[in-house]
Amino acid sequence: MANSFLSIEKLTQRYPDGKGGEFTVFENASFGIEKGEFVCILGHSGCGKSTIMNILAGLSEPTGGVVKMDGFAISGPSLDRGVVFQNYSLLPWLTALKNVTFGVAARFPDWSKQQIEDHSIAFLDKVGLSGDAIHRKPSQLSGGMRQRVSIARAFANQPKLLLLDEPFGALDALTRGTIQEELLKVWSGTDQTVFMITHDIDEAILLADRILLMTNGPLARVAESVEITIPRPRVRTDIVEHPNYYAIRNHLVQFLGKRSAELAGQTSEEGETHSPETVRIDKTQDAVDEQPILQAVKT
Amino acid sequence: MELLSENKRAAIWSIALLFVGLFVWEISISAQTINTGELTEYELLTGAGTAKAGVPPPSEVAVKAWQELSNPFYDAGPNDKGIGIQIGYSIYRVLTGYFLAAIIAIPLGFLIGMSSVAYKALNPFIQVLRPISPLAWMPLALFIIQDSEASAIFVIFICSIWPMLLNTAFGVAGVRIDWVNVARTHELGAFKTAFTVVLPAAAPTIVTGMRISIGIAWLVIVAAEMLVGGTGIGYYVWNEWNNLDLTSVIFSILMIGVVGMLLDAAFGLLQRRVAYVE
Repeated sequence: MANSFLSIEKLTQRYPDGKGGEFTVFENASFGIEKGEFVCILGHSGCGKSTIMNILAGLSEPTGGVVKMDGFAISGPSLDRGVVFQNYSLLPWLTALKNVTFGVAARFPDWSKQQIEDHSIAFLDKVGLSGDAIHRKPSQLSGGMRQRVSIARAFANQPKLLLLDEPFGALDALTRGTIQEELLKVWSGTDQTVFMITHDIDEAILLADRILLMTNGPLARVAESVEITIPRPRVRTDIVEHPNYYAIRNHLVQFLGKRSAELAGQTSEEGETHSPETVRIDKTQDAVDEQPILQAVKT
Repeated sequence: MELLSENKRAAIWSIALLFVGLFVWEISISAQTINTGELTEYELLTGAGTAKAGVPPPSEVAVKAWQELSNPFYDAGPNDKGIGIQIGYSIYRVLTGYFLAAIIAIPLGFLIGMSSVAYKALNPFIQVLRPISPLAWMPLALFIIQDSEASAIFVIFICSIWPMLLNTAFGVAGVRIDWVNVARTHELGAFKTAFTVVLPAAAPTIVTGMRISIGIAWLVIVAAEMLVGGTGIGYYVWNEWNNLDLTSVIFSILMIGVVGMLLDAAFGLLQRRVAYVE
């Protein structure tokens, strides 16, 4: 874990509870993310997912612990870590294209204007935006198109780590489906490392290599790391046919519905680290090592 | 009627109201001046037969306006200058005081908007200074500056600074944290953030403050020039009152309104340019 591309070590976040005491969101959380990996984090509201995201983005400081990327501890926001915010965070006075060139110009200050624009247009094209639409202001675009612009801005910057904070949370289910596929299209063929928060189990299975499961807060922890043993390229309509799909899905539902509450609120010993337990569900192999959790799900 | 657009119908109503208003004004004035019939000697001696020095009818004002506007820049000595020159002086004073105020108010507003310490430190001063009538500064300004021209500009400065200062602070403090976070994640420096994110985000609020300020400045300049004298539209109104030339008074009142409207319209245009929809 210490050798991972991104390693989160003993991360702790506490806030004063207003009564002189302290409120611990999570403590000693540790996990790693490999280069080129797409990792989703699932958990109930209030478990500190967004806090972890903000710490990774450098927008807030943890109470304790470090985050290392490429072996160096991160401090403050950086162009190496791109963020797609839930509410798009496009600058409303700039056109879609200008919103992207804004980021690209900051990332590549030596580039010529033309180079910046071409690069931006290419990335907007990758998320399915071209022609007249890229010259419109965000207010003239639909929610789905805005989030596409936001994704294009983040990918165009080619950050070492891309952070997606519930990027599809505000979109309707149909639009969400289309943009998830576009996200996969942009992501595949790059070695972009992605860390994404989501509430949507199916979305996580479709997109992720690995899903981190968090218990409920306070004193939340990253309890499990579930590998998604469904080969890529994945298509929404096909993966549901895969034997592993419902096995994994049931495991996740079971965790979020029951075990996330049961495992919550455990305080840790001094110096103890909470590393997630790796869970691998693969029904394509002979189901010899089937796990007890799964059996519980099936009954 | 249904064929006409809303704007056209409104324009027809405006014109109709204008003519009705002018007609009523004209009629009521001429009804007043009709005073014929037998007069006693006493009445003649007290001047009852002559026309009363009343409010002039709109036709006279129109004639006056035509005369003045056809030659607005003549200069026949200190008490007889064209309306264009007088308005020019007023606009010069307003703009000078106003831009001096903007140069101070907008950067200071940025500071107050960004730092809550600066806001809390300066707020008591602002709250005390803001409600002071700008004309109350006049004696002090005249004494310290010892120049009536500069004092008038100072009065404009002091009255137009507050709306710009407070609106800038309010606009800057209200910039959505998400946009600031976008700047932070793109590693923009303080100045770059201020100019590329905070300024455009706060611009509508800042320009609203500027628009309020220019309106107040135009209100105050008339009063200030009445006190200071010499030149300017405010002085012109007072001078014509002293001359008992009510036609010119009414004409200049209208001109004050028209110029005020144009100044406001200019800022309205600017406001539309910086506006954005979230």
